[in-house]
Amino acid sequence: MDWREPSSDVPIGELLRKLTPQVLGLVVRRFRDFDAAEDAVQEASIAAVMQWPRDGVPDNARAWLTQVAFRKMTDLIRRESARRRRETEVVEEASRVSETGLDAAPVEDDALVLLFMCCHPALTPSSAIALTLRAVGGLTSAEIANAFLVPEATMAQRISRAKQTIKASGIPFRIPDAEERGGRLSSVLHVLYLIFNEGYTASSGRHLRRADLSQEGIRLTRIALRLRPENTEIAGLLALMLLTDARRHARTGPNDELIPLAQQNRALWDREQIADGVALLSAALPKGSVGPYQLQAAIAAVHDEAERPEDTDWPQILALYELLKRMSDNPMVILNHAIAAAMVRGPKEGLKLLDALKEDRRIAEHYRMDAVRAHLLEMAGDSQEAAKYYRAAAGKTVNLPERNYLLMQAARLTTMMARS
Amino acid sequence: MKYILMMHGQKDSWDEYARWSKEDLQRNVEFMQRFNKELRDSGVFVDTKGLAWPQEAKIVRAGNNGEPVTDGVFPESKEFLAGYWVIDVESPEQAYKIAARASAAPGPGGKPANMPIEVRQVLGSHTDLGF
Repeated sequence: MDWREPSSDVPIGELLRKLTPQVLGLVVRRFRDFDAAEDAVQEASIAAVMQWPRDGVPDNARAWLTQVAFRKMTDLIRRESARRRRETEVVEEASRVSETGLDAAPVEDDALVLLFMCCHPALTPSSAIALTLRAVGGLTSAEIANAFLVPEATMAQRISRAKQTIKASGIPFRIPDAEERGGRLSSVLHVLYLIFNEGYTASSGRHLRRADLSQEGIRLTRIALRLRPENTEIAGLLALMLLTDARRHARTGPNDELIPLAQQNRALWDREQIADGVALLSAALPKGSVGPYQLQAAIAAVHDEAERPEDTDWPQILALYELLKRMSDNPMVILNHAIAAAMVRGPKEGLKLLDALKEDRRIAEHYRMDAVRAHLLEMAGDSQEAAKYYRAAAGKTVNLPERNYLLMQAARLTTMMARS
Repeated sequence: MKYILMMHGQKDSWDEYARWSKEDLQRNVEFMQRFNKELRDSGVFVDTKGLAWPQEAKIVRAGNNGEPVTDGVFPESKEFLAGYWVIDVESPEQAYKIAARASAAPGPGGKPANMPIEVRQVLGSHTDLGF
């Protein structure tokens, strides 16, 4: 099964992807049972796929879907009630719902609440990702499974367990309180970023389909921004995604080989997308407090705006990393900071910063540490040591294109030394 | 992150396994079925396969003309891959835990066989190196 619907179904497929999360929001709010609501909406979508191509798409497609989903829920609860003699009140209330009443419902807020639920910190990252793609993104389990290269049954199981976790946790279906909201929003942004990255780190070529996860991450972040346009970190995240994704065609060669930033063919960068990202960021920055996503977007923008690698405004990047370092304790940020310091103040400065990380257990044994050290040693002219660290990094990475790249660097230096 | 869990058997243990009692075999088979179901139910299962007995295994190399040249059964090695699982988990620790469960599959007399399970991460695609 392909990641996208076949072209003849695109209108209905796309319409359903847009509508099912809204309908799901309505059903969950009404019945307060996320697990069952998800199944009911899924059944309503199946009914739509069967009937709409034959009978035509109804004028109010959302109301149609909602009615079918409500009916499925009512049937479900009736069956349960007959067995357990309860919840009759809810059923009666639900049967009285009119279509007019549905349209008055604040659908947009429901989508936001869904997003908060699916990215709840009680869920593991992979469960939150799967659930978000399904409930908010409107993708099928098969499409999500395909994107993560696991069997469909595994993905269905993961989604079903995630729903159970939410049910068991008793999370109320509403926007989190003011005091909770900041933390919960950062979980949402983190999950959206992970979805984007999952697609971005997937190589081109044979895994082309997975790259659509980046597009899905961008689409979901756009939805989040539309719901909360005043939030500058959502804007920052969206800008970061656009500015990073703009380089996708340049970052791998024809055989999936890794091409580092300085060697990329910048003519392949997506200028339009860079302009969009820069515009978003420029609008967000003056509005309020600057968070880590806006800073990372700003760094990506500085890279993207350089015509040639040597035009890169490294002092600006270094200043941004210094701000970012104060905000987040992420060792990867510290590594990138060392690279920027080396570019501005020379490789010795960068190496000194790396030495300070020797005691940091999160990063000391990480291959990125060795890779950056090798890069800086090469800048400092120590080919012998650089080759040694490139090889050490190659031995530790779990990415094949990275391993090939790092071994190639070591081999290049060794050949160079033999010739001189 | 995906891991492959490889269950290795000793060359001699194949002959021993063939002589297990019916009860021992049944216990082992039931354990594996239960274990695989658990992997499926917990949403980490990607693939599993058992391999044919090593008696029929051949080592193949290309000869001068590119034709296959087969060697008999592994002359020098003592250990063989008996079967494997591929799982998709959140952390290496979770993979080790699952491997330990597989290792504890019941052997003769129902006691845990404690078979060695080699755990290796499956290569993924690249992130950015930062330079």
